[in-house]
Formats: sequence, structure tokens, C-alpha cells
Amino acid sequence: MSSGSASSLKEAVARGIARRYRNERIFRALGLTALMIGLGFLGFFFYTLIGNAYTALQQTRIRLDITLAAAVIDPDGTRDPAALRDADYQRLARDALNALFPEVESRAERRSLYALLSPGAGLELQELVASNPAVIGETRTVWLLADDDVDVLVKGHAPRDVPEADRRIDDAQLGWLTALEEQGRVERRFNRYFFTRGDSRDPELAGIWGATVGSFFMLLVTLALSFPVGVATAVYLEEFAPRNRWTDLIEVNINNLAAVPSIVFGLLGLALFINAFGLPRSAPLVGGLVLSLMTLPVIIIASRAALTAVPPSIREAALGLGASKMQMVLHHVLPLAMPGMLTGTIIGMARALGESAPLLMIGMVAFIVDVPDSPLAPATALPVQVFLWADSPERAFVERTSAAIVVLLLFLLVMNAAAILLRKRFERRY
Amino acid sequence: MTSSILVVVVGLTLFGYFAGRRRAVGAALAAGSRNFHSLPGYHGGYVALWCGLPALTLLALWQIVEPAWLRSRVLDSLPAAMRSLPEAELGLAYNDIRNLVEGNAVARDPSPEMRAAAERYVELEAQSHKLAAGAVVVLGLVLFSWSYSRVRPQFRARNRVEGAIELLLIGASCVAILTTIGIFLSVFVESLRFFRQVPLTDFLFGLTWSPQTAIRADQVAASGAFGAVPLFAGTLLISGVAMLVAVPVGLMSAIYLSEYASRRLRAYAKPMLEILAGIPTVVYGYFAALTVAPLLRGLGESLGLDVASESALGAGLVMGIMIIPFVSSLSDDVITAVPQALRDGSYALGATRSETIRNVVFPAALPGIVGAVLLAVSRAIGETMIVVMAAGLAANLTANPLEAVTTVTVQIVMLLTGDQEFDSAKTLAAFALGLVLFLVTLALNVVALHVVRRYREQYE
Repeated sequence: MSSGSASSLKEAVARGIARRYRNERIFRALGLTALMIGLGFLGFFFYTLIGNAYTALQQTRIRLDITLAAAVIDPDGTRDPAALRDADYQRLARDALNALFPEVESRAERRSLYALLSPGAGLELQELVASNPAVIGETRTVWLLADDDVDVLVKGHAPRDVPEADRRIDDAQLGWLTALEEQGRVERRFNRYFFTRGDSRDPELAGIWGATVGSFFMLLVTLALSFPVGVATAVYLEEFAPRNRWTDLIEVNINNLAAVPSIVFGLLGLALFINAFGLPRSAPLVGGLVLSLMTLPVIIIASRAALTAVPPSIREAALGLGASKMQMVLHHVLPLAMPGMLTGTIIGMARALGESAPLLMIGMVAFIVDVPDSPLAPATALPVQVFLWADSPERAFVERTSAAIVVLLLFLLVMNAAAILLRKRFERRY
Repeated sequence: MTSSILVVVVGLTLFGYFAGRRRAVGAALAAGSRNFHSLPGYHGGYVALWCGLPALTLLALWQIVEPAWLRSRVLDSLPAAMRSLPEAELGLAYNDIRNLVEGNAVARDPSPEMRAAAERYVELEAQSHKLAAGAVVVLGLVLFSWSYSRVRPQFRARNRVEGAIELLLIGASCVAILTTIGIFLSVFVESLRFFRQVPLTDFLFGLTWSPQTAIRADQVAASGAFGAVPLFAGTLLISGVAMLVAVPVGLMSAIYLSEYASRRLRAYAKPMLEILAGIPTVVYGYFAALTVAPLLRGLGESLGLDVASESALGAGLVMGIMIIPFVSSLSDDVITAVPQALRDGSYALGATRSETIRNVVFPAALPGIVGAVLLAVSRAIGETMIVVMAAGLAANLTANPLEAVTTVTVQIVMLLTGDQEFDSAKTLAAFALGLVLFLVTLALNVVALHVVRRYREQYE
């Protein structure tokens, strides 16, 4: 009887083992799937992003033989810079285009022909003349900026072989464009405006330089405020503070601040800095103030970790040689903890650079063309620029948004790499 | 003007430092350095502190007080007829005077009284500047000579300077507290003003949200309804979808990485997963709006479902992906903290790995995991950019994730971007929503920390 039950138990266990091993395999596969979902999304994300972004590096240009007629640019012959600036350069570009298609005569037709060129074409001619007034009167071959609708079509983002109503460009314009292409007058060239200009309503003239400078000023303010205050707080809490309810309160506070939604910091900025203190809206100064309050907990937590990592023997040695407590901290502990603190600061700065929600609250979403020249000038920031462009209906903004994201991610990559390098370089084992 | 006073003060401070130091060095040479309590640098620092700090404080005070003082003096000089104007018009008149002073365009033609007032303003301002500059410089010089005279061998300059530095450190650590108080007060005060116009119960339990208030009193349109329940429901719906993605995926990846993965896979996969946490949220928002939403819409169409292009599902999915690394890295820490002895004991009893994980490791790590999930929920509720870009704008009380819903954060952004007057119920409503958001996330964080501390298993 006992041998029978034992064998049946054995059988039951053996049957169970197969089931349990199957469960084991399923569980393991589930884990791997979960990991792959996360990593797969990352791959998909970068694939679509870079696929959308790289075309923004180039911009369609049209080659035209421009007669820089003195009669148009400088009718009085004074070569006065102000007169040169105000001349109708767009007309020169249009005349050159018209010369290629002499059969276009009616007003409406001409207007749609001129629409192939960007409004920025005149600006380019103006720059050409301003940099070298001697060209007035000559005929120059110039690659002028094409309109964004043309650009989208040339890049293949918009289909050509669909009915006219489904295109942003009508049949006549498409015909002219094809003719230009056959003459080799249409080419894609490096899009330098994307890196050198501020925002614009015309996608072909819009760039990220304005937003980059705005972000730079903001980070400067953030760094100048949050680094000293964060390090001072960490030093006080780690080295000087007595353990009592007050310091407990400060600690709980810092941990909670780290988890407050960023938009609430934006509300604080709006109510306090703008409405109560009367600081200007849309200014990087206010953005930097708000971001520094947000970054502070990150820096404090990292700095405290760096201070705890300094071994007590160093403190004791300093005190033993007669240093005061402040001298011990300032001369010995702080320099040893500094790499860790800087690492935390860079990571905090990277987070601040990517933050946009609080900036919406303090008016940094305005449409700003000019590149800011001080922390008080109206500006926008890189992530906010992404937000603004993402909302724009023009197809040409899609690649620009993606490219701006790539630039933003590159900045973040560089900052994080710097933090890792710093950690690796100065990491000490005691 | 202020900046030139500032330069003078900074110059005086530097001068104080070097003068104090020099005197200390000189005295030490004369009396012998052994009798000196502090190093010369500390004496210099002591003098510099007395030169700079009081003068700077005075300057800051003057900056704060001056506008109010100018205003009252200028208004006092106005003729009686103008002084008896109501407060709002008086404010406008004062603005006109200031514009006149600064040479800006003035709306109305300036009357002779206004011109006189503007001249008075200029006169008073010049007077006040002179007064301030004089007071600051005199204060700095007096304190300089006093502190300079204290540089003597027995004087304990180091202790004084170190005391000042410690005060500075204490001041810095109060910034965090001040920030919290500032957040609470700024949001709370504006919310109180809102609740004076809209009853608290209407706000918390009302079922319709349409914050269009009449701008003029005689307007027919929209009286404005501030029932926030649809917003709360929308926030919960989107956060719910996000948690449905983030918790299983994040938890299972953490388990796989800590229990199954080889050292090499872990070394590569963990940082890669953490890249997800470093991507700015605006980028996720763009991705949700431009890639995921059309994908879901197409998928829905092929299945015969009507998916809104700003569906809660799309925003929630992407938000979930954003939160994956948050859940996974926190759970990873907790799971690795479970002692190996527990696992070994389970293996010794014949359990498979998955059985060990489910029956031994997971229960032991549960408090930490619950804490991580609560923190993740608070992050999801407060997330702004993804929902602003990918969720709907109109309030919609529904539990169907395929429809467009709006959230608390979206409405805060909607109400506060663009031109607004600051007193309308519409803008104040944003602060009331902000208060709710702040309190809810605060509560979640406190509970999460409490759970982690209270139920943490103590080993050894």
C-alpha cells in the first residue's frame, strides 16, 4: 500500500513538474517580452524620429539668374545703406523667375508663379548686396530659397500624382516646377537657416537658434541660483545641522518638492514672480528662477550623497590637526565631494533643459522672431519651440520639429555623457 | 543708478577685505604672529562683511520701499479734485504720470496738472536716489571704520566669519521650505478668490466644465460652469491606461533584469531603459500626437471601432511608456534588496525560479513596489505635456478610453496661456485646479513614503 501511494505521489510530482516547468518558461518569456516592449519602443521612437528629422538638414533652392538692376536697388545712385536695405529685392527675384517663363502673363498666373519662391528670397538678395554693394548692376547666378510647399513636394513628403485638389500646389505651379527641375535649376542644399535663425511663420525661414539662446540664458540663471543654494543646503544638512524636528521638516520638504508636478512650479512662477514681483513675462530670467526651484531638490539630494561618501577619517584628520569645523568642511570635505555634486548638478540641468510645462505658465510660448540678447528679453526655449512647431499645421514643420527634438536630445546626451565622464574620472575609492 | 551704488558697495567691500588683512598682517609683524588668534584673511573677511552686508540690505530695502513712497508723495501733490478719484482711476492716472516721465506714449493728452505731477515725480526720484546713495555709502564707511578698529591680535575674527557663513548655509536650507510655502500660498490664495466666486461644492462635485465666462456684464453667452468632475475622471482614465501599461511592463522588466538576465544583458538593457526616463515629456507628447494617435485611429478603423484622434488611449499608452523606467528602476532596487538567503531557502525546498519570485521575492518586495507604483501614479497625474499635445481639450465625462477626454493639467494650461485678465473666475479656476493637483500628489507621496517605511521587512 505504501509503495503504491509513493509511486502515485511520484507520478503526481512528475506530472506537476512538466506543468511547473512550462509555467517557468512562460513567466520567463513574459519578462523578456516586457523588456522588449520597452526597448522596442525606444528603437521605434528613434527610428521614426530620425527618419522624420534628417530631411530638415536640407532645403530646396531654385537657381535663378538675377539681374541686380541699379534702377531697382539704388535708383538715386547714393549707395546709402538705408536705401539699399529698403529696396524691393523680392521683385528682382520675381522678375528673374518671370524671365524663365515669359508665357506667364495674367496677374493671377504670375502671382501663383511667384509663390514658388519663399518670401525669404528677397532677404537673401538683400544680404548679398549689403555684404558687397559692388554687385549692383551685375547679373548673378544665385540659389534662392523655394517656398515650403515646393520643398515638401521636392522632398517627396507630399505626393505629386494626386488630383489637384489634394495638393498644396496647383497644376500650373507643378508644371513650372517640373520645367525648372528639368533645367537643373532645383536642388536641395544645406539648410543653414535652421541653425542660425529664430522662429518664423514661414517654415523655410524658421530656425532654432533663438530658442537655443533662450534655453542657454535660462540654464545660466538656473545654474547661478540652484548650484550655490543647493550645495549650501546640502553642506548645512549633512555637516552642521543638529538632528531635530526642524531639520527633519526640511528633509521631508526637499523630498516632497522633488515629486511636485512641474506645472505647479509654473503656477508659483506666475503668481509670485510675474504677478507679485512684476518681472516681465516670457523672460528667460523668470524661466530660470522657476527651473532653479525645480532643480534645487535634485542638486541637494545628489550633493548630500556626495558628502556622505567622503569618509569620516578625512574629517577627523583635519580636526586633529587643529582645523575648525568650517575649515574642515570648506578645505577638505567640500573639494572631495565636488565631483559628485557637479555630476548631480549637470543631471539636474539636463532635466531643466527638457522641461517645458512650467514655461507655458509664465508666457514663454509666445511667437518670438528675434534672437534674445539678454535674460530679460522675450524668448522661448528649445522644448517649447518643439511644442509650438508641433502645433503648426504646415507639413514642412514636421521635419523641423523632429530635427529640433534631435538637437535637444543631442544636448541632453552631451550633458549626461559629461556627467558620466566626470563621475568616472573623479570617482574615488577610499 | 542702483547699479552704480552697487558697484560702490562692492568696491568698498573689496577695499575692506584688503585693508583689514593688511592691518592684521602689519599688527602680526609688530606683535609677533603667535599672539594672533585668527589668520589675516579672517580679519579681512570680517571687515568686508561689515562693509558689504548692511549696505546691501539697506539698498534692497530702499528698492522695495521707494515705489510706494514715490507714489504716495506724488499723489499727495495732486490737486484735491484728482485725489478724490476712485482708486482704479487714480491708479491709471499714476500710470500716465509714470509714462510721461519715461517719455512713452500717453493715452490721453497730458493736462497741466499731470505735467506738474510728472515734474514732481522726477524731482522726488532724484532726491530719493541721492538720499539712498548717501545713506548707503555713509553706513558702509561708518561700519568699515568700526570693524577696522577691531582688528587686534586677541580679536576672534575667525569665529565671527564662520558664524556668518553658517548663517548663510542655514538661510540656503530655508529656501526649500520657502518654496513649499510659496507654492502653497500662491496657489491657495488665488484658489480662495476663486471659491468666493464659485462655491467649493460646485467645483468638486459639478458635472459640467465650460470655463467660458462673460467678459462684459451684458453678454448673453456662457455663464461659465466650473464642475471639475469630468476633469478628475479624465485624469484618472488617462492615468489608469498609463498604469495598465507601465506597471506590468515595468515590473516584469525589473524582475527579468534582476532575476534572469545575464550580467551583460543587464549592463546594456538597464541604461537603455533609463534613456526612456531622460527623454523630455514634450517629445513624448509630439510622438503621441503625431505617430501613436494616427496609428491607433487606423487600427480602430480596420477593426470597425471609432477612435477619436485625441483618444485617452493614445495619450495613456505613451504616458505609460514614459513611466516604465520609473517603475522598473524603483522596483529593481527593491527586488535586489531582498536577501539572497530567502531565495536560496526557496530553491532548497524545490521551488522553480518563477515560483520563488512569485511566492517569496515578490511578497517580500511588495511594500517597496506599492510605494513605487504610488509615486508613478502621482507622476502620471501631474504629467502635462503629453496630455496637452495628445489629449482632448473639451471636458467629456466618459469611461471609454477611445474617446477624447481632458485632464486637470490640460485645463490649467488652457486657462492660463494666452492673454487673460487675472481676476476672472476663468484664470482663478486654474489655481484651484493646481491646488487640487498639489494636494493629491502630495498625499500620494506621503502615503508612498509611509508605506515603504512602515511595511519594510527588516532583515538581520
